[in-house]
Amino acid sequence: MKLNQTLAALAGFAVTLQLASAGNLTGKVTLGGNAPAEKEITPLKDDATCGKLLGGAAPMTKFFVVGANKELADVIVVVKGLEGKSTGAAAAPAVVDQKGCEYHPQILAVQTGQKISVKNSDPVMHNVHTVPTVSSNKEENKGQGAGAPDLTFSIPASEKFLKFKCDVHPWMFAWVTVVDHPYFAVTSKDGSFTIKDVPPGKYKVVALHRKGAPTGVEKEIEVKADGATADFVIEVK
Amino acid sequence: MNARSSVVSHPCSVCVQSVAEKQFQSNPWLHRFAVFTALATLGLVGMGGLVTSHGVGMAVPDWPTSYGYNMFALPISTWLTGGIFHEHTHRLWASFVGVLVVALTRWMGGNKSRVPLMIIGTAEIILGFAFLKIGPDWKGAGHFLSGIGSVVLLGGIVWVKNAPSAGRLPMLGWVAFWLVQLQGLLGGLRVVLDAQVVADVRLGTFFGIFHGCLAQGFLVLLAVIALMTSRWWIQQQESGIKSNPAGRWFLFATILIFVQLLIAATMRHQHAGLAISDFPRAHGQWWPDMTTEAVAGYNARRVEVTVSDPITAFQIGLQMTHRIVACLILVAVSLCAWKTRKVRSMKTLAFTWLGLILVQVCLGAWTIWSNKAADVATAHVVVGALSLVTGALGCLISFRRQTVNAASPEVPFSEMNSADRASA
Repeated sequence: MKLNQTLAALAGFAVTLQLASAGNLTGKVTLGGNAPAEKEITPLKDDATCGKLLGGAAPMTKFFVVGANKELADVIVVVKGLEGKSTGAAAAPAVVDQKGCEYHPQILAVQTGQKISVKNSDPVMHNVHTVPTVSSNKEENKGQGAGAPDLTFSIPASEKFLKFKCDVHPWMFAWVTVVDHPYFAVTSKDGSFTIKDVPPGKYKVVALHRKGAPTGVEKEIEVKADGATADFVIEVK
Repeated sequence: MNARSSVVSHPCSVCVQSVAEKQFQSNPWLHRFAVFTALATLGLVGMGGLVTSHGVGMAVPDWPTSYGYNMFALPISTWLTGGIFHEHTHRLWASFVGVLVVALTRWMGGNKSRVPLMIIGTAEIILGFAFLKIGPDWKGAGHFLSGIGSVVLLGGIVWVKNAPSAGRLPMLGWVAFWLVQLQGLLGGLRVVLDAQVVADVRLGTFFGIFHGCLAQGFLVLLAVIALMTSRWWIQQQESGIKSNPAGRWFLFATILIFVQLLIAATMRHQHAGLAISDFPRAHGQWWPDMTTEAVAGYNARRVEVTVSDPITAFQIGLQMTHRIVACLILVAVSLCAWKTRKVRSMKTLAFTWLGLILVQVCLGAWTIWSNKAADVATAHVVVGALSLVTGALGCLISFRRQTVNAASPEVPFSEMNSADRASA
């Protein structure tokens, strides 16, 4: 009994020590080159039901969400080499909403085993069709009427940009990157990201953009107690 | 020349037999029904084109039920929602065509077809119920078989003592009968096996391509039946026949069109949108760069609205092949028109065919310029199907004409009555 208490105390101490020495990885992603012009989602505008939900705004594709100084949003930044440390089962569910016949957000990242809760805030039926490319992830296709309960998905294996689509409204897509640990982030509108509490060490970090860098742009970094920074440029040629 | 005079001019046993056959073959109501079935099938091909053009093949994720409902009991509010409208209408339309084909089989097969239809229908119902008992995985197949079996059984029960059509028509009816069921099954498998992957190929894609190609062949078969039930066809059989000097060119061009449709079906069912988004150039060049780096660049700059999968070098190559084959078809059909310009009975058909091909070329270009607008892309599918049908009927007429040797004047295509012309 005494031995167990001692071991538990030692383990707790080790975790505390690691957290104390862990650092935040921060950085910014910018776009190199010029992004292609976005297109109007004409079928959405013309749809009898969905078109009315737009309030007169012209719906546009959002492949490259670029700021005034070329800051690039919706880039997934992932620390490599920490696989197998997923805490997804205990993490809060990620939420995707179907609103105005579009997914919100359209780009997100979750851990393996983390729940993804899909809402339908529209007064119209959608179907949520997941199309994985990794064989251990199962393809699912579930209808969700207006006012229906949320649908829950959980992806067991890592995958880049797993497609969620609605076949009823074929312009609706969301892209979910599944990572086997919690050390990742999605860039915000100003292109910045923060990955908290990365254990100290040398890593490769990859920045993924669905269009500009679907296989990723890599950098090597060293995380110390005071953290680390890594900036990326996604080139569109 | 009418049939009676042909009998007088050919008092041989073959001609006497053909008069007996004519009594059945030239049944105008059977012909009209066959034309109606062929037109309904053309509409079904168009509806299928709308499904793939809109990318809504999986808008109804179950089959043969629709969102758990019996197919014919889906609430209208759900039916009218987004892509469900196209997919579900395609299913209902297909069911209607299935009923028409069973009726056509029964009509052409005459009284003799009753027993086989009843046996097949009963067997399908029994098999369907057996599948329902096996387990939930077989539920779809069970409902499909028992549903279609009921229609077939009903066709067999209909008590009309009509004689079978002459010649090969009953056999063609049975081919259509089996094809329509196979086609329905393929459409269903495209949905229920969509996610399955065998040898790196998605079964949904495989069955989709198969379904799309068989649809074209099925349409040709129904058009052939419509032609062979026409009075014009009988008259041609019994009247003077001249060989068509462009018969082989007709065959060559028709085979090219079928190959083109196979390429097109493969392109459509990969759901990757336009692999090349400009025309007449391709990615800004006369022959596009298909290296890995170049394709990655195309994908990065590509802004698609209703498709999401990245394009591949294979798909770019496929679209270039589609363009080259289109040029070959244009040349081949132009040659057919040129070679038959003095053959009275073939001239109208050949120039109609050339007109269809020219329209098809324009629609192909417009499909690209409109970024594959669904209505334009679907029109491209329908005119492609009509081009294949026209070529196939041209071949049939050409080779039929070459096999019969007589000296009487021919009935030109342009002098056919309206019902016969519609079928041809």
